[in-house]
Amino acid sequence: MDLSNINPILLVASIMISATPILLAAIGEMVVEKSGVLNLGVEGMMITGAVIGFIVAINTGAPLLGFVTAAMAGAVLSLSFGVLTQVFLSNQVATGLGLTLVGLGLSSLLGKPYEGMKTVTLPKLDIPILSDLPVVGRMFFSHDIMVYISLGIVIAVWAFLKFTRAGLILRAVGESHESAHALGYKVIRVRLAAIMFGGACAGLGGAYLSLVRVPQWTEGMTAGAGWIALAIVVFASWRAGRVLVGAYLFGGITVLQLNLQAAGLTWGVQYLSMSPYLITILVLVFISSNRKRSSHDAPANLGQTFHATR
Amino acid sequence: MIRLEKRPQPSKAWTVATPILAVILTMIFGGIMFGLIGTSPFEAIRTIFWDPLFDPTFAAFSRPQLLVKAGPLILIAIGLSIGFRAGIWNIGAEGQYIMGAIFGAGAGLALYPMESVLILPLMILAGALGGWAWAMIPALLKVKFGTNEILVSLMLVYVAENLLASVSSGILRNPEGMGFPGSRNLAQWSSSQNLELIPNTGMHLGVLTAFIAVILAYVLLTRHIQGFNIRLTGEAPRAAKFAGVSPARTVLFCLGLAGALAGMAGLFEVTGPAGQITIDFGSGYGFTAIIVAFLGRLHPVGILLAGLLMALTYIGGELAQLMLGVPGASIQLFQGMLLFFLLGVDVLTNYRVRFGSGEVRA
Repeated sequence: MDLSNINPILLVASIMISATPILLAAIGEMVVEKSGVLNLGVEGMMITGAVIGFIVAINTGAPLLGFVTAAMAGAVLSLSFGVLTQVFLSNQVATGLGLTLVGLGLSSLLGKPYEGMKTVTLPKLDIPILSDLPVVGRMFFSHDIMVYISLGIVIAVWAFLKFTRAGLILRAVGESHESAHALGYKVIRVRLAAIMFGGACAGLGGAYLSLVRVPQWTEGMTAGAGWIALAIVVFASWRAGRVLVGAYLFGGITVLQLNLQAAGLTWGVQYLSMSPYLITILVLVFISSNRKRSSHDAPANLGQTFHATR
Repeated sequence: MIRLEKRPQPSKAWTVATPILAVILTMIFGGIMFGLIGTSPFEAIRTIFWDPLFDPTFAAFSRPQLLVKAGPLILIAIGLSIGFRAGIWNIGAEGQYIMGAIFGAGAGLALYPMESVLILPLMILAGALGGWAWAMIPALLKVKFGTNEILVSLMLVYVAENLLASVSSGILRNPEGMGFPGSRNLAQWSSSQNLELIPNTGMHLGVLTAFIAVILAYVLLTRHIQGFNIRLTGEAPRAAKFAGVSPARTVLFCLGLAGALAGMAGLFEVTGPAGQITIDFGSGYGFTAIIVAFLGRLHPVGILLAGLLMALTYIGGELAQLMLGVPGASIQLFQGMLLFFLLGVDVLTNYRVRFGSGEVRA
């Protein structure tokens, strides 16, 4: 094994790339959970976004259009979850699982003819002056546009929840749907909007996997990224800034283990591949062992069905 | 204006009717889906649901397959349903299934080439133990630290898949396999083989165990205090606490039972239909079993029927792949849709649909 092959500048740059899909999915899911809805279908929406984005990008040659349609596909798919849980009052855990199964099936059906094809990926966007800085320039300021968009979404979500009236209503719906309903807020509409935002973000995240990170379509390519995004929301105790930290930490672990594999570590490749999942479990244990704090952070009505009796 | 009004008690009639309604809706929308991908809807539905059982050329082969596929699904779903009843969401049955197979096969292969009638029972025990131990990880973490069992059990599926890849090209690899990954064939070693009990029926030891599990689960849920406690925990957690039901013990029991059953299902599969530990041994039974559990209304008898139906879609799906060139993934989508429709129409069980506005007029 030759560790000197690992270039620290490239390492940081690739951490940003590998963290972006999870970051997008996690920030969307955080908004959904803030509104009191637990959508376990992130994996299904991500992989649907991945396949739709890939198909559109290949047929039009425009990766950005792929991202837009992937976001729309994610939103439409999440709407099916929204209608089932909010209108038909189904169990959110079971419906979310169903959404994942539907998404996995749908994506492999749609993606079959596109397996192994190559697509045009997003160009690197060199930010003038900043990207010419030594070391830091290559690390942070020479990425494709989606990396910056994902960071922009994180800041926008943070500001939306903290400073706007609409953000306050969304949080109120998540903390106590009965009170929000009594005040005249449309609980179900707010939740449906949040669910669709989450779906769109997951779709973007999936498309980033198939259009930039890999860039190829393979069946089941999200490989649990959606579930990891869910874990990151818990890790972040429902705060936008910490979602960013969590996603980048996780991206770091993934990239590091890939680099170790590439550096010629032959023994136990499988043990390295399982490390991101094991570390996620460890982090979850660490977060939840601090029970008193973490139970206060979760939105009070998370996962509960709302049925207006009056 | 259509309104929903909560029923004081879930409707008995709709509890039975909703799964049937969901199957019909899935057939309609599945038919539309097949139409969109260029297959005749009627032919596709007939190939999936009718031909495996009644077509003169295929039925002889596919009827036994029905039990072979339904066995593990039922066995896993029974375990999951008991947890779901208590509000404990173990969705990592796929991992427990894989670990059961690894443990069981490992225990057997350690004794190879000894011949003894005790080897298969030992392997079954080891398989159950492997699945149980794997499920104890989320259970203990939940009890000790309050960690979410959904995420932990699911993460462990990916860990188990990597372990499977590791052992099938490492410690359990067939020394006479010319370097190819994969263990010795357990179905060809007389001490470990899990043969059909009645020829040409597909009825092997695992299917028998699944049927016994259905009966025991029924007894547990309707006649035993532990089953009552489980139902109480799921339906009224506060009442359960006041009644002295320990939440920790319920978690350990439910996850442990589901893990042990999934582990046994894995062991029966590896000694019978699959034959050996290979990288692609995990076949998704652990995930499909979630659909089976819900389709069966978390009721043992319902799960028995749902398992058979789901097995039919597997076999019919393979047949449709072969005969009509339908992509294999469309069956996965079909099964997912079934769960979706079921959850959607379930509203009729718990709510009454009322027409007209609910406003009070002076």
